[in-house]
Amino acid sequence: MSDWPKVRLHVVTGKGGTGKSTVAAALALALADSGKNVLLCEVEGRQGIARMFDVDPLPPEERRLTTGLPGADGEPGVVHALHIDPEAALLEYLSLYYKLGRAGRALDRFGVIEFATTIAPGVRDVLLTGKVFEAVQRNSRNKGAIQYDAVVLDGPPTGRIVQFLNVSNELAGLAKVGPIKSQSDTMMTLFRSPRTAVHLVTVLEEMPVQETADGIAQLREADLPVGGVVVNLVRPQDLSAEDLAVARAGTLDRARVASDLEAAGIEADTGLVDGLLAEARDHAERRALEDSQRVLVGGLGVPTYELPRLAQGVDLGALYELAASLRAQGMSS
Amino acid sequence: MTKSRTRVGPRGTRAPALDVDALLDDPATGIIVCCGSGGVGKTTTSAALALRAAERGRKVVVLTIDPARRLAQSMGIAELDNTPRPVADIDTADGGRLDAMMLDMKRTFDEVVESQASPDKAAQILQNPFYIALSSSFAGTQEYMAMEKLGQIHGTSVADGTYDLIVVDTPPSRSALDFLDAPERLSSFLDGRFIRLMLAPARGPARLMTAGLGIITNAMTRILGAQVLRDLQTFVAALDTVFGGFRQRAQKTYALLQAEGTAFLVVAAPEPDALREAAYFVERLSEDRMPLAGLIVNRASPVPAGTVSADEAMAAAERLRREDPHSSTAGMLRLHADQTRLVEREARLRRRFDAAHPQVATAVVPALAGDVHDLDGLRRVGELLAVRQG
Ligand SMILES: Nc1ncnc2c1ncn2[C@@H]1O[C@H](COP(=O)(O)OP(=O)(O)OP(=O)(O)O)[C@@H](O)[C@H]1O
Ligand SMILES: Nc1ncnc2c1ncn2[C@@H]1O[C@H](COP(=O)(O)OP(=O)(O)OP(=O)(O)O)[C@@H](O)[C@H]1O
Ligand SMILES: [Mg+2]
Ligand SMILES: [Mg+2]
Repeated sequence: MSDWPKVRLHVVTGKGGTGKSTVAAALALALADSGKNVLLCEVEGRQGIARMFDVDPLPPEERRLTTGLPGADGEPGVVHALHIDPEAALLEYLSLYYKLGRAGRALDRFGVIEFATTIAPGVRDVLLTGKVFEAVQRNSRNKGAIQYDAVVLDGPPTGRIVQFLNVSNELAGLAKVGPIKSQSDTMMTLFRSPRTAVHLVTVLEEMPVQETADGIAQLREADLPVGGVVVNLVRPQDLSAEDLAVARAGTLDRARVASDLEAAGIEADTGLVDGLLAEARDHAERRALEDSQRVLVGGLGVPTYELPRLAQGVDLGALYELAASLRAQGMSS
Repeated sequence: MTKSRTRVGPRGTRAPALDVDALLDDPATGIIVCCGSGGVGKTTTSAALALRAAERGRKVVVLTIDPARRLAQSMGIAELDNTPRPVADIDTADGGRLDAMMLDMKRTFDEVVESQASPDKAAQILQNPFYIALSSSFAGTQEYMAMEKLGQIHGTSVADGTYDLIVVDTPPSRSALDFLDAPERLSSFLDGRFIRLMLAPARGPARLMTAGLGIITNAMTRILGAQVLRDLQTFVAALDTVFGGFRQRAQKTYALLQAEGTAFLVVAAPEPDALREAAYFVERLSEDRMPLAGLIVNRASPVPAGTVSADEAMAAAERLRREDPHSSTAGMLRLHADQTRLVEREARLRRRFDAAHPQVATAVVPALAGDVHDLDGLRRVGELLAVRQG
């Protein structure tokens, strides 16, 4: 059973570089079991999806990306990808809601589109979130378009996520009339509903954990639904709590280690034994820091998931491995 | 930590060693800029270099951007007031000094506006919604303001000799290139077709443009309403009067970055993304004839002692676990295997970088077991930076 059975829109945020894109991709794979259709969206214009899945750069339209992680019945679903581009979205929006004719083309030709999407407060965000909203809200009336069981958004970093999702608020001072205004109100209804969850990715270090705590407080204040915290890049847990304590105190049993090594068929020269002890001590110190941050994460009052630091890095196979881990921990069913 | 454990990275890397102390001690080095992609250690490195230079006798100011709270507190810059403050508790025996500041982007921008416009006009601009968006969320504003501040500090220190070395941290951005691209981005935005169009009527007969403007303003009024359009016109008009000087200042700072006394250091983590960004940056510096001093590979995994391979260690761990499922030596061997794999991967990544950029002098700083959040931590990083890898 999933922790998020009602959620259709999973937004993934976190401090830069903590693994938002990796987690969003793994979550999309995890959600796409048993014939389901899942859409993975990116909004930051960086072609991160294409790089992670090793495909050509994505156009600003939906594409089939790959098969998902097979479910209990052995059947996978399909993950689709959408690279959302604000300029394309604005042009589409204008032609959909306003019959601007010549003026529409002029807007583009004179750089208004570029201007509006770069600077007009909130316009860029409302366009990007608008596309996501549309994909989530699709129903049988949208002929020919895929209806998604879930949409995963590789979102902006924690510092910008509330502003990004709080579209109607952002637009309040700008577009008081017209379809932008009424659309942004419907969008807010979805974003504030239990059908949305904003997950935060962090690593067990001071700054990212602090940012996660601040992010959760801001999301709550803005009435946006906080999802889970995904703790990424967790170091190996090969030593027990007692071993760690002894390692930190510097009192690991040298003779024991040496005789164990010999017993296991490895020549226990002093260099190796010293090296292992020093590695264990550094590791223990780092683990103590991680543990103190883990306590803080545990105190945030939301479900948490942990993903290991993969020593070989993240390739396509590793994404499925991480997906399986998220599923096993209940982030998806 | 024994000496041998700080030796990091592949033995036999081709890249020459970066001599950090020679760079810091050279009186001709006037500006050091630490660039790199997000989270690699730019702030830590700039603060560590600044501290080391100051304790070696230079008069240093470090311009940091968003330092971790505890680090800012330990440097006495937790309060943002956008001016350099002396750092206490540094060793001044060699006659050096260290000031530090934390950049306040919006305030720097506001100050520029205030210095360029009459008080009434400035107040009007500061409240304009388009200005607020530009000064707080336009991609590149932070980089641009870091340059503006560098220009200001450089200007005063040349005038009164307060500092002989300025160390500059750069904003957390995805790409190291953002720092170099920011002034161009802002200028091309200010020179954009639309802004020129909005200015056209004020600039005499541009009939065609004015006709286009009519269509556009009508369309925009329909979509956005009249107030927004008025705000926009105010903003654009302000751009013309206030920001003319901006472009000139940006060019001056850019020239400063190209000058002899500047040294760029590219900071990277031994990760594919960070090293790719570092490679782009190195290439870009040479295209723009900007002085690259070297690459700093930060948070490298320390090379494990001994010659036991990852596979051997794993196999031995298995054997021990069969005898005793809770064997702590087995746990240590598994850690050793993990560490060895990380180091091998990092070595591969670095070899790839070195093959394409064999001329780039490199320093390697190992990942410390703890965080770097006080002056002692910074000193430690400074020492590690100065260890020349043979
Ligand atoms: N569990 C993991 N094990 C090993 N490497 C990882 C793991 N998770 C992420 N990485 C690596 O860390 C780097 C950063 O991850 P990612 O790009 O997902 O972060 P991000 O938060 O999306 O970054 P940005 O803020 O730049 O968008 C990548 O090189 C990725 O492959
Ligand atoms: N060599 C090191 N060993 C251990 N920890 C380090 C090392 N270098 C940096 N750190 C830690 O890594 C974290 C990130 O470093 P820092 O803030 O300097 O990165 P940055 O590049 O400035 O990040 P941003 O792009 O977010 O500004 C900090 O918590 C710092 O203490
Ligand atoms: Mg990303
Ligand atoms: Mg920083």
